[in-house]
Amino acid sequence: MDIQEYFSLVFSDYTLRTITLGTAILGAVTGMLGSFAVLRKQSLLGDAISHAALPGIAITFLITGAKDTNTLLIGALVSGLIGTFWIRGIIKKTHLKSDTALGLILSLFFGFGMLLLTFIQKQPNANQAGLDKYLFGQAATLVESDVWLMAIITGLCLLVLLLFWKEFKLFLFDSDYTKTLGFNTNFIDVLITSFIVLAIVLGLQTVGVVLMSAMLLAPAAAARQWTNSLSKMVLLAAIIGAFSGVFGTAISASQNNLPTGPVIVIVASVFVVFSFIFSPSRGLLFRQIRFIANRRDLQLQKTLAFMYHIAETHDNISHPHTIKILNNFQGYTRKTLQKLVDKNYVTLDGTMWSLTEKGFETAANLYNQQAIKDE
Amino acid sequence: MNEIKTNKETPAFTGKMAVQVDDLTVAYNYKPVLWDIDLEIPEGILMAIVGPNGAGKSTLIKAILGILKPIAGSVSIYGKPYDKQRKLVAYVPQKGSVDWDFPTTALDVVLMGTYGSLGWIKRPKLKEKKAALEALEKVGMLAFQSRQISQLSGGQQQRIFLARALVQDASIYFMDEPFQGVDVTTEIAIINILKELRKAGKTVIVVHHDLQTVPEYFDWVTFLNVKKIATGPVRDIFNDDNLTKTYGINYKVSIQK
Repeated sequence: MDIQEYFSLVFSDYTLRTITLGTAILGAVTGMLGSFAVLRKQSLLGDAISHAALPGIAITFLITGAKDTNTLLIGALVSGLIGTFWIRGIIKKTHLKSDTALGLILSLFFGFGMLLLTFIQKQPNANQAGLDKYLFGQAATLVESDVWLMAIITGLCLLVLLLFWKEFKLFLFDSDYTKTLGFNTNFIDVLITSFIVLAIVLGLQTVGVVLMSAMLLAPAAAARQWTNSLSKMVLLAAIIGAFSGVFGTAISASQNNLPTGPVIVIVASVFVVFSFIFSPSRGLLFRQIRFIANRRDLQLQKTLAFMYHIAETHDNISHPHTIKILNNFQGYTRKTLQKLVDKNYVTLDGTMWSLTEKGFETAANLYNQQAIKDE
Repeated sequence: MNEIKTNKETPAFTGKMAVQVDDLTVAYNYKPVLWDIDLEIPEGILMAIVGPNGAGKSTLIKAILGILKPIAGSVSIYGKPYDKQRKLVAYVPQKGSVDWDFPTTALDVVLMGTYGSLGWIKRPKLKEKKAALEALEKVGMLAFQSRQISQLSGGQQQRIFLARALVQDASIYFMDEPFQGVDVTTEIAIINILKELRKAGKTVIVVHHDLQTVPEYFDWVTFLNVKKIATGPVRDIFNDDNLTKTYGINYKVSIQK
């Protein structure tokens, strides 16, 4: 199947449609909530939460003995929440920095989860095979009810976001100030964090424990490059997340044996790299171009100013001078001289140059213009 | 007390207490940051809180505002517990306490000052926007209303924070080092606004670092170094004795009498 075939099949084929819808919704909700995690400088939180979910899945399986997805995800949710609030507790009660607390809980829970998985695999129970799919996810196992669950949670998340938009924004920007205005910051914090945990747990089946945090961070990091407005950033992150889901599914469905989760994450990362380079205001490329252009402009202006100071000493400003004088001046090249001629600031006559009326006036106003530009 | 004052800019002491702090003690771990602070701040004054680094100046403000939980002590605003009087109080945090790369505009930040009176869920409407624009004009930043906040200079960011507090239309203003890292133009602009606030009968409490300007800018001063050393009108207590007690070195400041 090639990509074209995929897009013609996506509306008719049940499995393809389910998986595509599922990954798109998942990408949208994680992108949305990921913006909050990124702006709170809690990029590692998603990683910690998803890793903390693993022992929950294993323990639930040990207790129930069944591999029902929803039951396992509830186990993941509980242990994810425990891990998260443990992290919060450590940060609040001890001197440890948040990255230390996150790293600590991440490895502790993940290590424990792996231990349990190994233990389960050694059990003489035929049912145990396949639990390790939660490590890297398996989008192919998505069924319609999973997609419905994702859609409902995403709708709920959207509703809460719209209701508490003002409070979320205030809290993300300045949490101390939020407190002085009489808002319960603990409530806001718990609300945001709980939804992040929920979104992560939803994605475990598709993307898996190890890569889930990329779903949270990549769309948000990419979106931040394109806009300076929080609402646009959240919207854009949701769109980028959804597109990553769709493209990732399309690529993995059209190439044999490519795992969906990792492909989605790679597609999202491509968005990030593209945004980091090509965003007009924050991107590396345009910044470099602006930097070089500015330097050239300044060099040109300095040369013009130098000429101005020479011309100033004569009654006739267009009195010709030899080009040799300019050789002592750093920043002067044949090219800059040619540019000045192109701009009609200078005229050349053999080895002599002379300032034009326009060039003289421009040079006289150079410093003033610089001051106006800065304003 | 007020008979002694001849400074024309200092309003007569109305007798009302704006802020009353009793036995306030704050500790981060075992070591107290603030010890047993009693403070009575009368209405309508400009007061500086001065003290060395680590003296607990910011902590005092944060504890009064309930951002930090004190170990002991109580705070009342106009005679009632702070929780009930929140709307009378506005706060200007230290400029460095937030990330200025946050995706938002100057106007948006100033609008945040209206969130408290709006309460949960309700969104700012035209009336709130008008108030925010007025505050921006007062601090001379109207032209920058739609500027992304990371593209403002340090002084402009400080003015935005001030405008956000002005929009709250409070009676008491707490400001944490509003003069830190701003140029002379902004410093003058800010002090003029503070004087206007005082003229309108508001009380302004400022954590301040520059001892030289204390007599020029403020009516009252509180010397703080974990304990409260002294509090009162600048011309009565701003002297070498209190400065030495607070800073621990032989400090000499010539005060214009």
